[in-house]
Amino acid sequence: MDSRITPSESDDPRWIAQLKDHDDNSEQELFAVVAEYETPDAVMAACEKVRDAGFRDWDAITPFPVHGIDEAMGTKQSILPWIVLGAGLTGATVGLTLQWWTNAVGYPFLISGKPMFSLPANIPVTFEVTVLFSAFTAFFAMLGLNLLPAFYHPLFRHPRMARYSSDRFAIVIEAKDKLFDREKVEALLKGSGSIANEVLFAPAKRAALPKVFHGIGIVATLATLIPLAFIAKARFTHSEKPRIHIIQDMDMQPKFKTQAPNALLAGLWGDQRASLLPVEGTIARGEYVADERLHYGQEDDGTFVTSFPVTVDEALINRGQERYGIYCSVCHGMSGDGNGTVNQRATALARFGGKGMAWAPPARLSDERILLQPVGELYNTVTNGKNNMKGYAAQIPVEDRWAIVAYVRALQKAATVPVDSLTDEQRAELQSN
Amino acid sequence: MSLERVMPVGLDNTSDDPSGRQALIVNNNTYESITEKVCGVVEDPRIDKRWLAMFIVALGGLGMLFSLIVYLIATGVGVWGNNMPVAWGWPIVNFVFWVGIGHAGTLISAILFLLRQDWRTSINRFAEAMTIFAVVCAGTFPGIHVGRIWLAYWLFPIPNQMLMWPNFRSPLLWDVFAVSTYASVSTVFWYMGMIPDIATIRDRAKHPLRRLAYGVLALGWRQNARAWHRYEKAYGILAGLATPLVLSVHTIVSFDFAVSQLPGWHTTIFPPYFVAGAIFSGFAMVVTLAVPARAMYGMKDIITMRHLENMNKVILATGMMVGYAYAMEFFIAWYGGNRYEQFAFINRATGPYFWAYWIMVSCNVLSPQVFWFKKARTSIPIMMVVAILVNIGMWFERFVITVTSLSRDFMPSSWGYFKPTLVDIGMLVGSFGLFFTLFLLFLRFLPMIAMAEVKTVMNRPKQEESAERPEMAASLN
Ligand code: HEC
Repeated sequence: MDSRITPSESDDPRWIAQLKDHDDNSEQELFAVVAEYETPDAVMAACEKVRDAGFRDWDAITPFPVHGIDEAMGTKQSILPWIVLGAGLTGATVGLTLQWWTNAVGYPFLISGKPMFSLPANIPVTFEVTVLFSAFTAFFAMLGLNLLPAFYHPLFRHPRMARYSSDRFAIVIEAKDKLFDREKVEALLKGSGSIANEVLFAPAKRAALPKVFHGIGIVATLATLIPLAFIAKARFTHSEKPRIHIIQDMDMQPKFKTQAPNALLAGLWGDQRASLLPVEGTIARGEYVADERLHYGQEDDGTFVTSFPVTVDEALINRGQERYGIYCSVCHGMSGDGNGTVNQRATALARFGGKGMAWAPPARLSDERILLQPVGELYNTVTNGKNNMKGYAAQIPVEDRWAIVAYVRALQKAATVPVDSLTDEQRAELQSN
Repeated sequence: MSLERVMPVGLDNTSDDPSGRQALIVNNNTYESITEKVCGVVEDPRIDKRWLAMFIVALGGLGMLFSLIVYLIATGVGVWGNNMPVAWGWPIVNFVFWVGIGHAGTLISAILFLLRQDWRTSINRFAEAMTIFAVVCAGTFPGIHVGRIWLAYWLFPIPNQMLMWPNFRSPLLWDVFAVSTYASVSTVFWYMGMIPDIATIRDRAKHPLRRLAYGVLALGWRQNARAWHRYEKAYGILAGLATPLVLSVHTIVSFDFAVSQLPGWHTTIFPPYFVAGAIFSGFAMVVTLAVPARAMYGMKDIITMRHLENMNKVILATGMMVGYAYAMEFFIAWYGGNRYEQFAFINRATGPYFWAYWIMVSCNVLSPQVFWFKKARTSIPIMMVVAILVNIGMWFERFVITVTSLSRDFMPSSWGYFKPTLVDIGMLVGSFGLFFTLFLLFLRFLPMIAMAEVKTVMNRPKQEESAERPEMAASLN
């Protein structure tokens, strides 16, 4: 009863074999009637007939887009262009907003006094983003509207499919169409100039995916969660460790550090020190110590000097006051009470801050212990530091260090003077401030 | 259903007769024979010795490029000849060269499509492939030229711990957007064009693995007319988008130069001049690739002499535009009355890089002039020689623009003579290895001719011809 294609000598043996196999259609249900045509004109003429018969679930298969077939089939204009228009407008908005927000708001970026946001400079990127959005949308919307990707379709079982994607044309009327009546459909197609008609069966149920794929799917899905979990952990936990620093950039500089050994030099100078000793009998610039009391604040026997090795006058104390203000007051406070701004801030942080935050407050300079220290010891503290305080030898020249010591002595004096010993005038002056 | 007379189909379709139209596909090909020819290349189980030999050479080049890149990253950009003030040496010359090559592919696939130039169908597929592979080569160079390439992601506006954003008023950033959009849109365009042809290969595939591989790539395409309708819409839109895109890309590449204030760069002629040059070099590359490919794979009926001749005409036309731009640059330098500009141009033609300038002029302006003669336009050896000369000339054009201007900046104390290092040369050669590796893989594994499109421009078989298959007609009864 089916007007099956009878294989002929000239046909591909491959599809003849498939056709035999195809005949066994128990447990299969009718999917469609397929008619084959030899030329684009023939299929177009047939399409008009099918269209006029009022079918809906049917299509033509053509190895290339046949011009004029849309009218012949009565295909409605696709909404694709409108989707792309929407995407293009979105792209333009995104592109422009991105540039405005990042360069004028989020991170205001002043370049040669140009305006933060000016349309001409932002046109190229806006244009590119518009094209990017539109093009990707055109592609994906085309796929979506065509219900692709679809890796299974009953037509793929059709033994003549290789011809329909090469040189033959076909019309497929699906059984699910309301008007579908196998005999009538076959009669219609036969009378439409087709060279062969064929009924196509498809399994009633789609074959289930092999079990392994479920396993692979689950494992793959879980695996994708692993990096996400790490990111989430990093985002919501607190870490004291320094940032991972994969590329060292300039932190890693192959060179010899001063105190490091250098095997290369061993052969030349019999010594592995990376920095060579000065030539005997020479002295480096700025390293000559003419007066040890002045320089180290110590006597020959190593005890601290008790008197100033410089002349103490008003000029020196004024200089000391100025230097003290610059170098010491941030911690020790302007009056030496140990409550400078660094201390205030650190104390506040220690109060509210996280665990592990410790703060050793700067000393109160009028502490009795410090009052009793010889000037040489104060000088030593400024030079080399003490416990948590660092030394200032690198920043403050020798004479200025003595000036600061002199001023510290003045502060100590001011802090320990009994009120009774002040004259009325002095008290009035102090209270007026 | 055209009413025009189609000229008798012979082997020579280069003649023009106003009373009719020349066939684009010659030698009595049918839909079936086109499928056989194009799929045959991909399906042939044997490995062609010539292909293998070329592939090995290309792979060697690619290996060299990769090793040099590793060396560069491990050592630093000092391995190049770039040094102040010529901070843009060969890497940027190579970048502009490759990105320009790419443009012909998009011109053929998009602009000629919009202009309904049917002859494009035979060459658009591999011209587009050429575009993508050229853009891959192009993208490599600025990528490695940034210095600390592990920070190359700073090029993109990605939220980061520094709370910083790129400068959107810089042409270099426009370039990032232009080139990456161009690369991705061209890839989509190319892939979409290929889906129906991949579906054909899938439907013909005998080995299950082939069916699977091509089946996945074809995304389930079934050649159905309703899908074709949306497909053609999307294709037209993509062509419409790719056209301004391709013009914008080389315009923006030219902005990299033109927006700066260096004499010899700071000119408004750059955008059109660069675009014309890009198309010029790209067509030369298409000819360089098409001539051997069509001979090797027996595609002479599909990529006919007429196609080659048309491309040669485009080369002649764009070559003249480029020549006009060279002349106009000089004219404006004189007419504009700016001494520095004048110096820059006189220095180009007569200064230390005069040899590069004159290689450029003779390759790009003089050599295509032979294409005024049809004998030359239709002679395979002549067109190969000219195409290769144009490729060379266009590389030198970018060299001349980049290096001569930079090496003579505003401070004579920093003037110098740029010399490439072996690494520079190795990377240029290696980039050809990358290009040809990709291109040869494409020829072997993907349909090099847009079958479905070629079939639309062939003469349609007549209805009566079906009577020639009586056995088929008989089976109906
Ligand atoms: C960064 C904060 C900071 C600065 C700046 C600073 N100090 Fe101190 N200083 C400290 C701290 C903290 C201590 C307490 C050290 C300890 O005992 O742990 C201290 C202790 C001292 C002491 C007592 C030493 C002892 O024997 O216990 C003296 C004296 C002193 N500083 C003088 C100075 C002078 C003079 C300057 C300016 C040159 C100065 N400091 C600058 C933080 C600072």
